[in-house]
Amino acid sequence: MKGTNLGEFEEIVLLTIASLMSEAYSVNIVDEIASITGRKTKLGVVHAVLNRLEKKGFITSELGEPTKERGGRRKRFFHISHAGKVALMKAKEQRDRLWSNIPELVFQGIR
Amino acid sequence: MSKNREIPPRWMNWLLELYCSKDLLEDLQGDLHEYYARNIKKSRFKANLIFLLDVIKFCRLYTIRKPKILGQMTIFNLLGNYFKTSTRSLARNKLFSSINILGLAISMSIGILMITYISELLSFDTFHEKGERIYRVQSAYKSVSSPTSSDFASTSVFIGKKLKEEYSGFEKVLLMRRNFRADISKGENTIPVRGHYASREFFDVFSFELTAGNPSTALSEPNSIVLTEKTAEKLFKDKQAIGQVVVSGEESYTVTGVVANLPTNSHIQFEALMSFITLENRYSASETTTFYDWRSIWMNYVYLLLPENADPDLINGYLRDIAVTENAKTDRYQINHRVESLANLVPSQELSNQIGPSMSWKGIYQLVFLTLFVIVSACFNYTNLSIARSLRRAKEVGVRKVVGAGRNQIFTQFVFEAIIVSLISVIMSFGLFSLIKPFFLEIVIDNNDLITMDFQWIHALYFVAFALFIGIVAGILPSIVLARLKAISIFRDASSVKLMKGLSLRKILIVLQFTTSIFLIIGSTIAYRQYKFALNFDMGFTTENVLNVALQENDSQLLIPEIEKLPEVSKISRSGMIPNTGEVWSEEIKYKDPLDSADVFVNYVDKNYFSTHEFTFLAGGSFPYDQEEGVAKFVVVDELLLKRFHFEDPQSAIGEVITVDRRLEDLKLEIIGVVSEFQYAKIHSESEPVALIQGTPVDYMHLNLVVKTDDVVAFMNKLEEIWSDVDRIHPFEARFYNELIQEAYNDQAILFKIFGFLAFLAISIATMGLLGMAVFTTETRQKEISVRKVLGASKKNLMFILSKGFIVMLLISAAIAMPLSYLFFNEMVMADFVNRIIIGPIELLSGVFIVFTIGILTIGWQTGRAARANPADMLRDE
Repeated sequence: MKGTNLGEFEEIVLLTIASLMSEAYSVNIVDEIASITGRKTKLGVVHAVLNRLEKKGFITSELGEPTKERGGRRKRFFHISHAGKVALMKAKEQRDRLWSNIPELVFQGIR
Repeated sequence: MSKNREIPPRWMNWLLELYCSKDLLEDLQGDLHEYYARNIKKSRFKANLIFLLDVIKFCRLYTIRKPKILGQMTIFNLLGNYFKTSTRSLARNKLFSSINILGLAISMSIGILMITYISELLSFDTFHEKGERIYRVQSAYKSVSSPTSSDFASTSVFIGKKLKEEYSGFEKVLLMRRNFRADISKGENTIPVRGHYASREFFDVFSFELTAGNPSTALSEPNSIVLTEKTAEKLFKDKQAIGQVVVSGEESYTVTGVVANLPTNSHIQFEALMSFITLENRYSASETTTFYDWRSIWMNYVYLLLPENADPDLINGYLRDIAVTENAKTDRYQINHRVESLANLVPSQELSNQIGPSMSWKGIYQLVFLTLFVIVSACFNYTNLSIARSLRRAKEVGVRKVVGAGRNQIFTQFVFEAIIVSLISVIMSFGLFSLIKPFFLEIVIDNNDLITMDFQWIHALYFVAFALFIGIVAGILPSIVLARLKAISIFRDASSVKLMKGLSLRKILIVLQFTTSIFLIIGSTIAYRQYKFALNFDMGFTTENVLNVALQENDSQLLIPEIEKLPEVSKISRSGMIPNTGEVWSEEIKYKDPLDSADVFVNYVDKNYFSTHEFTFLAGGSFPYDQEEGVAKFVVVDELLLKRFHFEDPQSAIGEVITVDRRLEDLKLEIIGVVSEFQYAKIHSESEPVALIQGTPVDYMHLNLVVKTDDVVAFMNKLEEIWSDVDRIHPFEARFYNELIQEAYNDQAILFKIFGFLAFLAISIATMGLLGMAVFTTETRQKEISVRKVLGASKKNLMFILSKGFIVMLLISAAIAMPLSYLFFNEMVMADFVNRIIIGPIELLSGVFIVFTIGILTIGWQTGRAARANPADMLRDE
């Protein structure tokens, strides 16, 4: 495995899963990303990323109960794992440290 | 309805299901359906399109279902391991491995011999481009007196003409006639050629390549001759052959074509082809000819080229219609025709009057059956020894099972091992095959130039397939036994794994092997004795010192005076054919009653014939003089002919007149002598009436010389000198009568050689197997023997204990093989031989004796060694 580095999109998906709590399944994730970032992501791309994340051990998945929608097919719900949480924290920490290193001077005039 | 509309087209769903792995399918499909439900609110078309695109886009590595086989890929990973353990185990047990490999190699060399032979036979006539559409008309002839009809490859000109003129539905009708012979000369150069007559369609039907000449007109004119390249070269050296005129006797032929040398795998072989119209011109001039008769089915061949997709049954229908009309005109015989496709000509059903070489399926089946005998015997060896030694491999199997190998995997491992052995064997057997090939070609095929048995690359494929097959056959039983072992019982107490089933199975296999060996030895003994019996059979006349010289259409009067001068020659006679060499001539003969005719074997002989062959006269004597011109007047008949026409005693027949049926004028012959019954046809058929008719010069084909000389070679040289003064074209041909008889019974000699050879192989394989088993038994019972020895058992005692089991098996196989081979040869092979040996105890016991001797020597060698061993060495470690 390439190590535990998170790609940019992977991080977004992981964050979305964390934020959606127990409602995180593929279609929901796509919608959520679209509503927050405005990116029109394709379902296939999200699926591939979910698959990769699961392989890396950042998320776990389970099939939910069948519902009337989707022709009675079950949804696959994703949960963030401990490793996932650690990876997110690490990523945030790295960014925070980078932010804190930036003198306020740099952003003058933008806010 | 509205709900239904929310479902995407079924085929798209199906597409997804096709590739998507099961555990991903459900939620993936669910997601897509959810999207679809959203999109359909906008536009149905757009929703469908998106769905389809998504289905295609989801086709990624991680979603694709792994083919089932990939789940079993472990086998391939394990193959390396299997290979290693197999080679190690083979190397560890050098004796057993070499027995297995050698035995399989010997038997497989016979197997690949058969494969090469049969594949060569099957390649016959495959080079004709229109081959699938070529058919040959074949005949079945049944005379009123015989209960069965016989099949012929030949047919009548009548049927060919009839089909050509009155029926349609063929592209071409080709007429051929065999036995074109001529001595053609160009200037000084004369060569004899043989071939066929063929009508002009020949090159349209068959794909023989003309190097010169026009294929569609080469055979259309009378007196046109087509030569093969080889023949043309012989006659014209380097000069252009086409257009040349060659002379044969009083006729001259124009060379209208030169055909490239013929492929050896063609059932039609010739040196020259003569146009069929030459024959037709010759015969249409004569009114008495039988050439165009319905019943002249002995010399001609009709080949049909049918249009694409034509139904041969339609032709068979025509042939049946013609036969019905024509057979109605006579009550003496029935002739029926049917067509056979080119592919079924070599090998064919059993047919007489073949135009060229052929082999019947029956002969092939016999060879294959005998081969299988030997191969199966070698497979038994493998099975036997492997099961015997499986105890040693039991621990390995146990470990594998504990680690997680399933029954299938263990099974695969041991089959794989057997395949390795058989692959090694097939390589060795190829060497053996090269050794036995010349003998096979010489003995069985009789050095027929057409069968070459050359190696072709496709054969390599057959050989490997054959090796795989043999590996599986040989390995299947031991593999099952080993796969069935239970890990727990192996480890608890290895000695408790008794393989009881395998033990009795092994015994059965050994018994079968020895039964086979005994059977084959008995077979070869019987074939040999029958062959000798045929050679020494009392034929009713003498063949000793009789030398037959083929006249080859020369005038006997030119040769006789010169030959008579030779001091070595005491008597000379002339005859048409040579009895008891497989050749028969017959005529229809009547006595007083014009309606009572009999088919009688005949020979045309001169007055000295009876003294050169020392016939015994019961009444009368030989002809008073030889008829040098005109027609025959006298006949000498045998006892059976008298019986056939109800004469009371030989004396009363003298002076009576019998009639030989002839087309124009019947031949009236006075009986001048009666000889005792003698053997005219080959000895397995019943003696039949024979008439020895006074010959005229045209009837004579052979000179029979009674020769007394110590130096045959010098004598032959003298004869050849005389011959070459008379005939410069044909080589001198002379054979001693006994040699000719030997040749006539060659089929039995071949049978004996094949049986003998196979018996030799079978017994070597069986002996190797027995040796392996004896080694194994003595090894595993080493401790028991030592203990017995310490307690005071004598060497003799020990050997008896060790050999007992084997001796019992040998006895059982003898008890099975003797009655079996008696029944087989007595009731099947020789059932319809009239004159034959009686199968007695000598023939039957010969096989048993040989097998017992070899078997007991083998066992004795091993058990003796074990019994002699010092018990201290064996028991020291205990």
